[in-house]
Amino acid sequence: MTVIAAHATPTRWWHSRAAYRFMRHHLALAGIAMISLLVLACVIGPYALPYDSLHIDLRARFAPPLSGQHYFGTDPLGRDLAARLLMAGRISLLVGFSAMLLSTLIGTLVGVTAGYRGGWVGAALMRTVDGFLSYPSIFLVLALAATLRPSPVMITVIIAVTSWMETARIVEAEVRSLREREFVQAARMVGLSGKHIMFREILPNAMGPIIVAASLAVARAILLEAYISFLGYGIQPPLPSWGNMLNGAQQYLASAPWLAIIPGAAITIAVTSFNFIGDGLRDALDVRDDHI
Amino acid sequence: MTSAPQPLASQDVALAVHDLTVSLPAGMERAHAVENVSFELKRGQILCIIGESGSGKSVTANAIMGLLPKSIRVFSGEIRLEGMDLVGLSPESLRDLRGRVVSMIFQDPLSALNPLMTVGAQIEEVMAAHGAGTPKSRRSRAIELLTEVGLPDPPLMYHQYPFRLSGGQRQRVMIAMALALEPAILIADEPTTALDVTTQAQILQLIRDIQRRKGMSVMFITHDFGVVAEIADSVVVMEKGHCVEQGSAEQVLKSPSHLYTRRLIAAVPHLTGKDRVPAEAAASSSILKVECLVKTYRSGSALFGKQRIVPAVNGVSFDLSPGRTLGVVGESGSGKSSLGRLLIKLLDSDSGSILFEGGDVARLSEAEFRPIRPKIQMIFQDPFASLNPRSTVGQILTVGPIAHGLPHKDACEQARELLAHVGLDAGTFDRYPHEFSGGQRQRIGIARALMFKPKLLIADEAVSALDVSIQAQILKLLDQIQRETGVSMIFITHDLRVASQICDEIAVMHRGQIVEHGPPSQIFLNPTSAYTRELVAAIPGEQQSNARAIGSQSTLAGHSHK
Repeated sequence: MTVIAAHATPTRWWHSRAAYRFMRHHLALAGIAMISLLVLACVIGPYALPYDSLHIDLRARFAPPLSGQHYFGTDPLGRDLAARLLMAGRISLLVGFSAMLLSTLIGTLVGVTAGYRGGWVGAALMRTVDGFLSYPSIFLVLALAATLRPSPVMITVIIAVTSWMETARIVEAEVRSLREREFVQAARMVGLSGKHIMFREILPNAMGPIIVAASLAVARAILLEAYISFLGYGIQPPLPSWGNMLNGAQQYLASAPWLAIIPGAAITIAVTSFNFIGDGLRDALDVRDDHI
Repeated sequence: MTSAPQPLASQDVALAVHDLTVSLPAGMERAHAVENVSFELKRGQILCIIGESGSGKSVTANAIMGLLPKSIRVFSGEIRLEGMDLVGLSPESLRDLRGRVVSMIFQDPLSALNPLMTVGAQIEEVMAAHGAGTPKSRRSRAIELLTEVGLPDPPLMYHQYPFRLSGGQRQRVMIAMALALEPAILIADEPTTALDVTTQAQILQLIRDIQRRKGMSVMFITHDFGVVAEIADSVVVMEKGHCVEQGSAEQVLKSPSHLYTRRLIAAVPHLTGKDRVPAEAAASSSILKVECLVKTYRSGSALFGKQRIVPAVNGVSFDLSPGRTLGVVGESGSGKSSLGRLLIKLLDSDSGSILFEGGDVARLSEAEFRPIRPKIQMIFQDPFASLNPRSTVGQILTVGPIAHGLPHKDACEQARELLAHVGLDAGTFDRYPHEFSGGQRQRIGIARALMFKPKLLIADEAVSALDVSIQAQILKLLDQIQRETGVSMIFITHDLRVASQICDEIAVMHRGQIVEHGPPSQIFLNPTSAYTRELVAAIPGEQQSNARAIGSQSTLAGHSHK
């Protein structure tokens, strides 16, 4: 049900052509390259850098970028900004990915069930989706974050719970049209159970739009995490995240602008890259009738 | 090019295609869509271009109209129309010719009409695009055209949207549009393929009438030799982009010289009028007994606004003996497909009973019916939609039996045997459906239905989507399977010719009811109901004089609305 699983079981009929189309989408390739670099840096970077992200060196406060071993400078406590940025990237990307996985899982389950069952089950589920959509999710996020003890896991859950609705809608529409196809009727004819038809027959055919929605969901989850953390309800210091680094930077905007610019740039790069990937996947996968 | 066209005085030739070669983009299965094709369309005649799908007949038509997609282009040759060579003509000049000198009607009138414009506006648009007439004269001309194509109540029809019309009426509107500027040449690309037999007969008659009245030249593309026999003056037979035979209709139909033509003509199903000899003495007890089956579709809500009630199946009863085939024949909308889906419980019936092997299955829930499902299997109409594109053929065949408890190894073994049995090679098992042609896919569909060794097989328009020559092969396969396994069959089709080939008994359905039921000899030779007579008469290429008589009657009926 995840992006990874979908790529692990390539099926020849669309895979080669979709891959070809994706390869010709230069922005999407750039996005892939950037995300790969970012992930790689976040994974191995903290080990390669000379400073630990929590190491406080008050003599080196507000060191500007490229001063000595501090490539991105230091923060008001003299902690190395590069180390903090990469540690924060681990958190932010992990929260973004996990939230995407969780919201895609919820959205797909709801969408497939609503689309295949139809009737009052489908109506009830889709009206629930409408209910979630009509509630301004940022209030919900902030209210939840304020009452629950904020931790990365909690933030992930909160983001997922408020962002699965779009996937549900996309999947529901797709499944409803697939349900009427003859191969689904044939699956019923040979006596397959509803669960088997939903997840083994229909779902693989709805994978394209789900993957597209998922890649865009990562971008949104990263933004939302930064937003919550910036407002102070998200990841709590001393654990760094791109959002709470921005929060810490706002009092020093004039004296130490790099404190805001560097995590801001990281967020921008991550979000635009995922959006580019999403666009590329949409162009590659969302072609109707290309198997005929 | 077995018989080169005789050189003719140029005024007798409306359209001449000479050595036309159209190339396909690299990487396709062949380099040229059509290669060195030459033919002449004589003034005031109907030329039929016939071939199977992929023979390049539609590409030829589109090349003449200048409507080829960008990736496909004319490589060499010339298309001469009124002394001009259409190949290499500027898009503007081509646009000017289209509609004014050459018009085209398409296979699917619904997708060829703009759903957001009224019928009248679309006809007027053709004239306006060529700057013909004033708004007022265009309006009266549109109504005149609607009258001419035999549509009832033209002033009202003028204001209708396409979705309100039946398939036959839409095709009449397309013809009216094509005739708007009195073109010298009409190109008809399979205009009756999507229509019912009776409607097809009417449209063929209409095209022939108009062609005679106006002295138009018609290039008619079809895959059905029955249609050729109905209307053609001369025939061009195409195979894989080559023109293999051409000549007068009589010559080609009576004494075809090329092997391919002979095969095509032989493949055309004919009304046999003979009853099948059952493989064994019919057992006394019936395997399926249907009594007073009713299904009504309701759309819209009873609470808000009007509810639309359509009785799809209305009190249908019949018996089926083991090892026999019942044909269910009718036009689209007659309820025959709904009946098939009711029998296999893909739809739930409103009332009535379905006694299968003595037990009523109509009232069973899905869970209660599931153990019985393996005994009743279906072959679907659309060989492209009925196989899951994301499953291998092996998965498609084995998933059902495995779900019913057959060990994986046995299921695979059985699937491989069946694939060989339906005439597919061993490599099929691990491949995906998109790698196969329509006929091969239909064989896969048949193999899937046979995996359970069913007692009853329901074939819902199982050969309708296939070329005639493939149709014949599939029918033969079904017949062979029935003789070997003794399975009972319900064969749902709109094509009486096909039904006559394979059925022991035929039930004719009309508006949800069985209007006539009997052996083929009775249905085809001594039909008792008026509707059956009309259906039989409408079959293209059979009992021609009879068909024409009925056809003109119905056209007269259309004209009486004037």
